[in-house]
Amino acid sequence: MSTEKSVWRRAYEWHEQRLPIVSFLDHSIGTKYPAPKNLNYFWNFGSLALFMLAVMILTGIFLAMNYTAHKDMAFDSVERIMRDVNFGWLIRYMHANGASFFFIVVYVHIFRGLYYGSYKAPREVLWWIGILIFLAMMATAFMGYVLPWGQMSFWGATVITNLFSAIPVIGDPIVTFLWGGFSVDNPTLNRFFSLHYLLPFVIAALVFLHIWALHIPGSNNPLGIEAAPADKIPFHPYYTSKDAFGLGFFMLFYFAVVFWAPNAMGHPDNYIPANPLVTPPHIVPEWYFLPFYAILRAIPDKLLGVVAMFGAILVLFVIPWLDTSRVRSASFRPWFRVFFWLFVINAVVLTWCGAQLPEGLPLIQGRIATIYYFVFFLVIMPVLGWIETPKPLPASISTPVLKPAE
Amino acid sequence: MKKIVLAAAAAFTLTSTAALAAEAGPELLKRQWTFDGATGKFDKLQLQRGLQVYREVCASCHSLKYVAFRNLTALGYSEDQVKALAAEYEFKAIDEEGSDVTRKGTPADHFPNPYPNDNFARASNNGALPPDLSLMTKARVGGPNYVYSLMQGYEDPPPGTELLAGMNYNKYFPGHQIGMPKQISDDQVTYADGTKASAEQISADISAFLHWAAEPKLEARHATGFRVMIYVLIFTILAYLLKRKIWARLEKK
Amino acid sequence: MANTAPVHHAGDGETRRDFLLHSTIAFGAVGGAMAVWPLIHSMNPAADTLALSTTEFSLASLQEGQAITVVWRGKPVFVRYRTQAEIDAARNVTLTELVDPAPDADRVKKDKDKYLVLVGVCTHLGCIPLGNKPMDPRGDFGGWFCPCHGSHYDTSGRIRKGPAPANLAVPPYQFLDDTTVRIG
Repeated sequence: MSTEKSVWRRAYEWHEQRLPIVSFLDHSIGTKYPAPKNLNYFWNFGSLALFMLAVMILTGIFLAMNYTAHKDMAFDSVERIMRDVNFGWLIRYMHANGASFFFIVVYVHIFRGLYYGSYKAPREVLWWIGILIFLAMMATAFMGYVLPWGQMSFWGATVITNLFSAIPVIGDPIVTFLWGGFSVDNPTLNRFFSLHYLLPFVIAALVFLHIWALHIPGSNNPLGIEAAPADKIPFHPYYTSKDAFGLGFFMLFYFAVVFWAPNAMGHPDNYIPANPLVTPPHIVPEWYFLPFYAILRAIPDKLLGVVAMFGAILVLFVIPWLDTSRVRSASFRPWFRVFFWLFVINAVVLTWCGAQLPEGLPLIQGRIATIYYFVFFLVIMPVLGWIETPKPLPASISTPVLKPAE
Repeated sequence: MKKIVLAAAAAFTLTSTAALAAEAGPELLKRQWTFDGATGKFDKLQLQRGLQVYREVCASCHSLKYVAFRNLTALGYSEDQVKALAAEYEFKAIDEEGSDVTRKGTPADHFPNPYPNDNFARASNNGALPPDLSLMTKARVGGPNYVYSLMQGYEDPPPGTELLAGMNYNKYFPGHQIGMPKQISDDQVTYADGTKASAEQISADISAFLHWAAEPKLEARHATGFRVMIYVLIFTILAYLLKRKIWARLEKK
Repeated sequence: MANTAPVHHAGDGETRRDFLLHSTIAFGAVGGAMAVWPLIHSMNPAADTLALSTTEFSLASLQEGQAITVVWRGKPVFVRYRTQAEIDAARNVTLTELVDPAPDADRVKKDKDKYLVLVGVCTHLGCIPLGNKPMDPRGDFGGWFCPCHGSHYDTSGRIRKGPAPANLAVPPYQFLDDTTVRIG
């Protein structure tokens, strides 16, 4: 390369002086962003979530071009996408299963944050924005599931909007307001479509804040200790290459489902057009809502059930203060680790209970699991911080080379 | 840590499988379908036989509204054959003077509804509305196996069962009392291709046809899937090698 | 990437890494580009749209001097039963005077040259020209007149005056019998 600057180089510098977008990216996810060198593969799930958001927005935009948000035409327009639109089947299956994989990725991301104490100071705001993203995702996914206007769409919308009727005095007017009528009907479908299109861009904005908030303290790491500058490596090319590999590995699973089991995570009843006069005998929400659905049904009181369900998510906002331990990573907290894995299993049990009829054994299991869910956050987290003796922390990331943490 | 994750995943799979099994009731008859598996394809001759069964048996009560005649080229028919088949059907139209007339079907038309409206359909069927069949195999747990079983599930009700008026006993139908009487028996149809029309054969053919009707892009999906997977696999290997190479620099230091 | 790479020895490993880097990026870019195709292609006409691309209609009730409008692919198609005077006017034009030279004989079917079949969309910016209804202005050349920007078409649908660059298009059509036409 000669020392003389090429035309391209000068054009680049000219632009960069006016809008330093390349250097901005370089500081965000490039060579100028130092990340701890010991991040394990659980740290891949942030970039995977970003990838899934992009997939959902892209496929969604093209689906919307062929979708009709009218109660008499929505189901037919989805079938037209599946049968007549070029590659419509592929785009729809990528979108429908994309929602499930987005949640899988985000759930792993959240559990990683719980395990390694990523919610603790100084990352509380980062954690909050993450919860907001999770809430916006749930709203988006719920409204998206209504759009095909099948039986599950319709009755899911009816049941979930009816949750708000639990609010004393103003509950019923609120539900009427949400519906824009006296039942889930065409106005409901129309506004859900509008909001389903809007919310992903709200999520994108929140993701921007999330990444900004991440860059203030920098990434946490599996040891949970502050990373010295010497223990940091540039995000690019180290983590970009690692994320690219993780993405490829992830896509193997995603596309296996899209191409060979595209309806496995859906419900057959949603291939029956919505019928306001007949409720399917066994209605269940999409799998990613099941734990919260189980909490709702575990409590025999309507208002308290709804409060518990929303509380199950809202409690996440205060765990930076509920957790009294000064050690971040569960790797050095032998007791917390046990309770954490119990919590993971508990979440699986809740998911299972959410899919069962709420009677007999599943109901009892659901109640026990609901109790543990809240006990974990409200009792175990604060108490364990006081009574647990953490293992000695390494002085730096480079020191425990001889005995690597799990 | 990994062990616990695996154990949890295993526990989840087991419980969910158990949950599904509990839901299904009597186990469905299972059949090896040509469209099963990663490379599965439809058997075009079987689909043609299934179409014949639909037209001769099912179509008198059930619509197939999402299937257009033009789609039948996927069964191996030529465009002229499809045109001729479509012309066998009549559709309502309005002529230039505004009078109601009928016109011949074209390939762009969809299979017509045998009834003018749902109320008429109910009144003609003892109050039960025969459902549209276009998505039947995707709208029922068990898919094509469910249809296949249902067609062969008619039997005398077990002693003590009281059948409601006009209902029939079918061991695979949820609740066992079904409005539709038994439709399929040996030699119900005479196949154009000479295949022996046992009740089992007819049930299999109509189930395969309805699965094609519900998921017409299945073959394209399998074929595209293979190409995408090969691509993603190569990309993953390349990215892994690159990642290893880049991270090796770190160990050298 | 804009920054110069740190100085390093050009050993085997480095060459292999560059090769890997370039092939992975190229492979990923090709995949990304291919993934865009289904999205783009979904905007092309769908199978049901393509299936409706023919229209049949009857000319039995059309009188000399009259015109009708039929819909083909969502667009109007003008069908005019021309008078002998109109046919003569269309034939007796010096082709070199035309913006888009085309003899009238090429724009009608042989032995059916009294019927003129045109896509009724102005070739300027897509408005529908006037001239099919009896009271419509027909422009300076007795054919059609586009009110949007003032294009005049003659009795063969050729552009004679105004901003439009080309003649009104003749759709692909055929006579199925004496009075039945299929477009598409």
